[in-house]
Amino acid sequence: MGRPRPKRQGYDGVVAAVPVTIPYQRFSPEPAHWWLARALGELVRGAGITPQEIDGFTVSSFTLFPDTAVGLTQHLGLSPRWLDHIPMGGASGVVALRRAARAVQAGDADIVACVAGDANHVDSFRNMLTSFSRFAQDAAYPYGSGGPNASFALMTDHYMRKYGATRADFGKIAVAQRANAQRFDGALMKKPLTLEQYMDARPISEPIHLFDCVMPCAGAEAFLVMGDEMADDLGLNSVRILSTIERHNAFADDPIQDRGGWQLDVNEFWDMADISPGDVDFLQTYDDYPVICMMQMEDLGFCAKGGSPDLVRDNDLEITGSFPHNTSGGQLSVGQAGAAGGFLGLVEALRQLTGTAEGTQVNGAAVGVVSGFGMINYDRGVCSAAAALARGHDD
Amino acid sequence: MTDPLQKPPKKNPQRRAVLPTLPPAFRSRKALAFTAAAAEGRFCLQKCNDCAKFTYPPREACPHCLSMDLSWQDIPTGGHLIAETLVRTSTNTYFRERTPWRSGTVKLDAGIAVLAHIHGDVARGGRVHMIARTDKSGKGVMMALPEQEVENMGDDKQLRELTCDPKHRRVLITDGRTEVGQTLAKTLGQAGASTVFVGQAEDWRSFAGLKNLLDIPNVEIMPLDITDTISVQNCAAEIGGKVDILINNATHIRPGGVLSRRDVVSARDEMEVNYFGLMRLMQAFGPGLRARGADGVNSACAWVNLLSVYALSNKPEFGVTYASQAAALSLAQCFRGEMAGSGVKVVNAFYGPLQDEWHQPLPPPKISAKVLAREVTAGLQQGLEDVIIGDVARDVWQRWVEDARVLEKELTQIEGM
Repeated sequence: MGRPRPKRQGYDGVVAAVPVTIPYQRFSPEPAHWWLARALGELVRGAGITPQEIDGFTVSSFTLFPDTAVGLTQHLGLSPRWLDHIPMGGASGVVALRRAARAVQAGDADIVACVAGDANHVDSFRNMLTSFSRFAQDAAYPYGSGGPNASFALMTDHYMRKYGATRADFGKIAVAQRANAQRFDGALMKKPLTLEQYMDARPISEPIHLFDCVMPCAGAEAFLVMGDEMADDLGLNSVRILSTIERHNAFADDPIQDRGGWQLDVNEFWDMADISPGDVDFLQTYDDYPVICMMQMEDLGFCAKGGSPDLVRDNDLEITGSFPHNTSGGQLSVGQAGAAGGFLGLVEALRQLTGTAEGTQVNGAAVGVVSGFGMINYDRGVCSAAAALARGHDD
Repeated sequence: MTDPLQKPPKKNPQRRAVLPTLPPAFRSRKALAFTAAAAEGRFCLQKCNDCAKFTYPPREACPHCLSMDLSWQDIPTGGHLIAETLVRTSTNTYFRERTPWRSGTVKLDAGIAVLAHIHGDVARGGRVHMIARTDKSGKGVMMALPEQEVENMGDDKQLRELTCDPKHRRVLITDGRTEVGQTLAKTLGQAGASTVFVGQAEDWRSFAGLKNLLDIPNVEIMPLDITDTISVQNCAAEIGGKVDILINNATHIRPGGVLSRRDVVSARDEMEVNYFGLMRLMQAFGPGLRARGADGVNSACAWVNLLSVYALSNKPEFGVTYASQAAALSLAQCFRGEMAGSGVKVVNAFYGPLQDEWHQPLPPPKISAKVLAREVTAGLQQGLEDVIIGDVARDVWQRWVEDARVLEKELTQIEGM
């Protein structure tokens, strides 16, 4: 890939802590500001600090309009010296983490609050789709207005033809996640799901059926990033960042998406973390539609390209299984609270690695990988990101 | 093969009429250039004038070389379907009433992939022929058709949403006294129109061609004088609720420019027919059409204005007549905007000099009533909004698109100087 790049600096001395999930609601009259404020409040209380001690702040939200992170500082009484607004949907969590980590490492901020949340009023989802992006308005939405269901249906159709994945493979992912969600208090969809029910579900946009789809809802997720000494001083369990990657608009000439930006950076990802896929205790993929989980398993190197149907068939994806995946139930069972969906896997990983996951705790979890995928700007997800994380104080 | 559309049963007034709703109507300014080409039936995408690559969706700059020099160019229409879906749940009210809806990803032979509506007869993974048309919101969309014409192709549910096919529809032709009106009646009858109403002004006066008109099956002669408000209102009161396609072919034409006339008498006659007559028709029939834009197989779908191509830019030989045609064109633009929420297309059919007595002073090439009727009918079947008929009209249209101000200089240049 062109000129050789200098080796990237690690994230030594920086940690993430205080995973916060504000329980989701299917519909809520509250605006995004309310959800983000609650999450921020939980962070402050969880860390035992004052809001004024937060000197770095990053926000991800689709429904904050007409405000941005700027308006929120005044709204919530923050006076940060480092501020960011990350509109990257499903990649927001990992991207917020890696930006905040660099800010802390460089001394631009001491404690960064990374917050994501969205409202869900009865008409929010439709309104969001109609104004999602210029390309969507010009060239996607007029063709049936199926929203992400239709976009992922096309990717799924293509993927099934090319790699021989079956609906039952996707079903295994959804069913395992529903089983995991039984152990997670915050999950909105706790009704047990069998493979038979998955297969018999009504079509939404073939080959996508009901249980391939996430349910839009309201909610928020958050975490803090700070130096490891600060975390120790505050008495917080923390998580080390082994490596991260981020990539946008990769493989633009592929006529339809069957790989993501991870593939470009995957070697660097494992080199920087100095681990291999076999060392990973759990994987949190971005899961609005199971086909994308498979793409992430492949592109992050857990199997070869096209090998994920076999990976799924050969493994138990539940919390206690051989390949723990989306341990809280993922968006498929917890719900998709807008941009908070891009934080869900990361916040669950932080719970796992701080030993606070309670019912969903993977036994002895020391290393986890979180992957993000976001923004169907036209016909494919543009943003991809991943982070390798490890339990703090690994001595 | 598409199942042939059946003639709709008589309307049950107790059942809900489907009200017009629209597919998404907002487009960026760049994308409106695609809509403009689609209105003409051209399949155009942006091409970079520096690196020669096509690009889509519409952009401000080339994603390959960042050139700002992108132009809209015709692109080969072949391709193949690489992925497809049937949308069954939609957030848009128009699609919600029309699901399941087939859409898919087409890899064009020119190398890029596009999202498109997919005709029911396109095979899974099969070859396609792409078209660009305006949809019910009046905005350009693309649809993949089978590469070869198949039986009843136009009856496909999704394709018929883009076209104004006269099949099973009721047409009003406003002036049956002319050869053009009579030929239109015959051609549209052959195209499957279930009823062809033909207007006849001054019905106490017989005219050449009346017998031929009456011999066409499904033709009904209606008293209609578009210079008479009461006559127009009476006609609309009688058939306004069952006209699905209205073709205004009534026109008044006299040679000469401003200086070849001494007064405004004949100019006033021209305005009375070409401008006020059109406006009377719009006021009497417009509301009925607008309400019935989604009314099933025989929904109201098109309003057709026959206009001289010199409505675009005046030519002094018939300059005063063309001024009234320009007024009619401007009114048609206004009407198009007012009808925009209804799904009814306002079609402008531009023609060059006809082979009739009034155009006798003009040199060839000219077009016959037969060609005019054929092209108008084909334009409806294809779902075009701008129909350009004959070599002269095509020539003037191209020059107008290229540079309207240069065209004006050309048309007003004294010959041989």
